This record gives sequence, C-alpha cells and structure tokens, in this order.
Amino acid sequence: MKRKSYYARKIKRAVHLLFYRHHKKPGVKGWELKKRLGADYPKVLNILDNFLEKLDLHIKTVFEGEKPAEKPTLEELNRARFYVTLRGELTPKETKLCGWRIDDIAGLAMSISYIISKKGRAPREEVEELLRSKLPGWRVDINMNRYVRSGYLAEDENKQLYIDWRTRAEVDQNVLVDLLLEAES
Amino acid sequence: MSLKKRRKKLGEERLQRIIDLCMSIEERGLDPFIVDVDDVIAVVREYFPDWELPEEFCLDAEAIHQLASIIKLQSDWVKHRSTSLYADPFLLEEKIRRAGKEEFANIFLKAWHPIVELEQISHHSLAEAIKYWQSLLPLSERWMKFVSLKTEAGTATREELIQQRILAEKIFSEELEGFWEELKQNVGEEDKVLYWDFVGADTYSETLRRAYMTSFLVTYGYATLEVHRLEEEMFLKPFEKPKSLVGEEQLVSIPVSVSVEEWVKWKEGKRG
Repeated sequence: MKRKSYYARKIKRAVHLLFYRHHKKPGVKGWELKKRLGADYPKVLNILDNFLEKLDLHIKTVFEGEKPAEKPTLEELNRARFYVTLRGELTPKETKLCGWRIDDIAGLAMSISYIISKKGRAPREEVEELLRSKLPGWRVDINMNRYVRSGYLAEDENKQLYIDWRTRAEVDQNVLVDLLLEAES
Repeated sequence: MSLKKRRKKLGEERLQRIIDLCMSIEERGLDPFIVDVDDVIAVVREYFPDWELPEEFCLDAEAIHQLASIIKLQSDWVKHRSTSLYADPFLLEEKIRRAGKEEFANIFLKAWHPIVELEQISHHSLAEAIKYWQSLLPLSERWMKFVSLKTEAGTATREELIQQRILAEKIFSEELEGFWEELKQNVGEEDKVLYWDFVGADTYSETLRRAYMTSFLVTYGYATLEVHRLEEEMFLKPFEKPKSLVGEEQLVSIPVSVSVEEWVKWKEGKRG
C-alpha cells in the first residue's frame, strides 16, 4: 500500500512537470526529472505512460544525439528531453481547431521532407522555391518564419535550414518518408 | 637536378594533389567515395622514407589528416544509408514535387504527434500581477509626464556643457595622471599615506569621487594598497612608474567601504 501511494505521489508530480510549461521550450530534461522525482524516474514515467495510453497520449523521449540502438543508459536518459505528445493521429478537422490551415500543414510537411531528402540540410531559398510551386507566394515567407519560430525548422546565418527540436519531438520522420514513398502520385 | 631531388619534388606534388582533392570533397559536399583510400595510403607510404625536413613531414601529416576526414565522411555516408530514414533523395524529391497539397497534409497527419502543453498562471505570478496593477498609474497621468517642453534651438559653449556635466573637463587618463601626481606629493618619508587621509575630503561626494579615482590608480598599476589587518590600517603606496600587474602575479580585489559613517568617523578623528 505504501509503495502504491509512493508512486501515486510521484506520478502526480511528473504530470505537473510534463504538462505545464516551465521553461521557454516545453518538455522536461531527464536530469530535472531525476532531481524532482528521484533516481527511479524512468519507472515513474513508464507507469504514467501506461496510464496516458488510455487517453491517447504518450511520453516521448527525445535523445540528445541519435536514438541509442539498445536500451538507453541512465546517463543518456538524463540528457534526453521528455514531452507528452499525442499517441494517435489528428484528423484534418481537428487540425483546424489547433490553428493550422491545410496549406500550413502541407507546407510544413514539404519543408521537412525536402530537408530529410537533402540529408538534413537545405538552403532556405530552395525550400521556398519548392513551396511557391504549391502555395501562394505571399504565404511562403510568413509560413517559413512560423515554422522556424515554432521550432520545427532552424535556420543558420548562411540561410541553411535544418530540422529543429519540435520536429524531432513531434514528427515520426521514418513514417513520413515511408508514407511519402508509398504515395501513388 | 639530382634523382633524389626530382623524386622528392614529385612526391610533394602528389601529396599536395591528394590534400586539394580531399579538401574540395569536404567543402563542396561531393561523393567521398571518389577517393580510393588504399591508393592514397600507398602514395603516402611510398614517399615517406624520402622526407627529411620538418616541412616535408608536415605535408605528409596534412595528407593523412585530410584522408582521415574523408574516411569519416565515408563512414557517415554508410551510417546514413543503413538507417531506416534513408531513401533515394531523387525519388523522394520527385514525390514531394508531385504530391498534391491535400495528399501531403494527410500523409503528414499520420506522422505528426503534436506536443501537449499548457501555459498556466500560478498564485505567485497572480499576486505579482495584482501588485503591479495596483501601482500602475492611469494612462492619462503617465502620458502627462512625457509631454515634452518645446524649446528653442540654440548654441552652448564648451564651458556650459562641462558645467552641465555633459562633457568632462579633462579626459579620464589626464585626470588619473594628475591624481597620481597628487598621491606622490602626499606620501611622507615612508613613501606611503593612510588610505583615508588621501581619499577623505570635506564633502562626502568629493570623498566618493576620490575613492573612485583611487580604485583606478590601484587597478591600472599607478599605486598599490598595503593592508595591515591587525592594526586595521590601509596605506596607499604610489609607484614611480605605472606597473602592468596583469600576468605577473595573482591579482586580488579588496573591497573598501566608503560609507557616510566611515567618512564621519574619519572627519571626527581628524578634528580630535
């Protein structure tokens, strides 16, 4: 019983940390969770993740570098960032409620896919050119700035675009590439 | 030209060509597999016994260094190809160009799992906000303060600007040098003077100014501070020539309190 209440208390604390934004960026670093929840925070997150599954939510772990091939070490987890994301998919109607128009989503998808096809780096000019073929010109610059501001894409001083933290947290890049290759068009 | 010299020259040229090729591949993002690593190693090995001078060894090392960079690029390429993320870039680009807007959006929605996040207000921030709101003056009162007075444009002399403290009377370095001379004249036979006897003045504001200038004298190496902790006394010792103390010894900061109480105490002591 004692053990049960111990984890119940820790799960509540983890929910507060994960759902509410504490920093400029959402999500919590592993070391922060360790400090607040104790060294057994991976277990707490595991229990919480099982609970969130019923609500179609998921605790996503984004590692600092590439995802470790085997079970991640505590060290790797401490350096990773944890987010609560949607487990399933949004329907096109639901995206409107989130403030995304179909043009915005298509533009974001195109930009991310194009950058992936260029091994993770592409000049902004090239991406904008590609978007201009499908979207009205005046929207392209606005949309591109929005993607950068929201953390989906990063831009360096040489106007090169990269995949940024939000894409790594929210987009399953393997699924995106597979679906795109399977597309009939 | 002797045979040995000719061979050396040829070797240098070949190594330089290898370096240039490796660098251009790295800089221009070309296919790293253009370089045949075995061939390059064979060339490096062939000429290595001929090298005698440091420059020749440097060239040899540079070639090996550039080759290592190419091997890393090759390794990255293999790693990328082996990940599940790899797809033929041309095929992918073609698909991107051909897919329709809606089709693209629908594909993306299957791979997109947005973050769930809430922005909240806490008790603390609410209390702070109320405090701020209560102390905030109405706009009509605040704007009144910014109404600028219309003044006629005119001219001002340098003296007037100095009087209004917009321009300094002397440039800082000149003022500091003057202050240093004053310190040198104030020291007694022991070549030092009590800190408060030098810094202290009739008014507190002048005392502060002198303490401020003194801190620069010590920091810039025009003088040093001698602290007698047991006697609770502090002396200023000017140097004959400014010393650059940076890098010569460990510099320490000494905080000196120049409060009104200290100043009053010093003045009373002077009178008594």
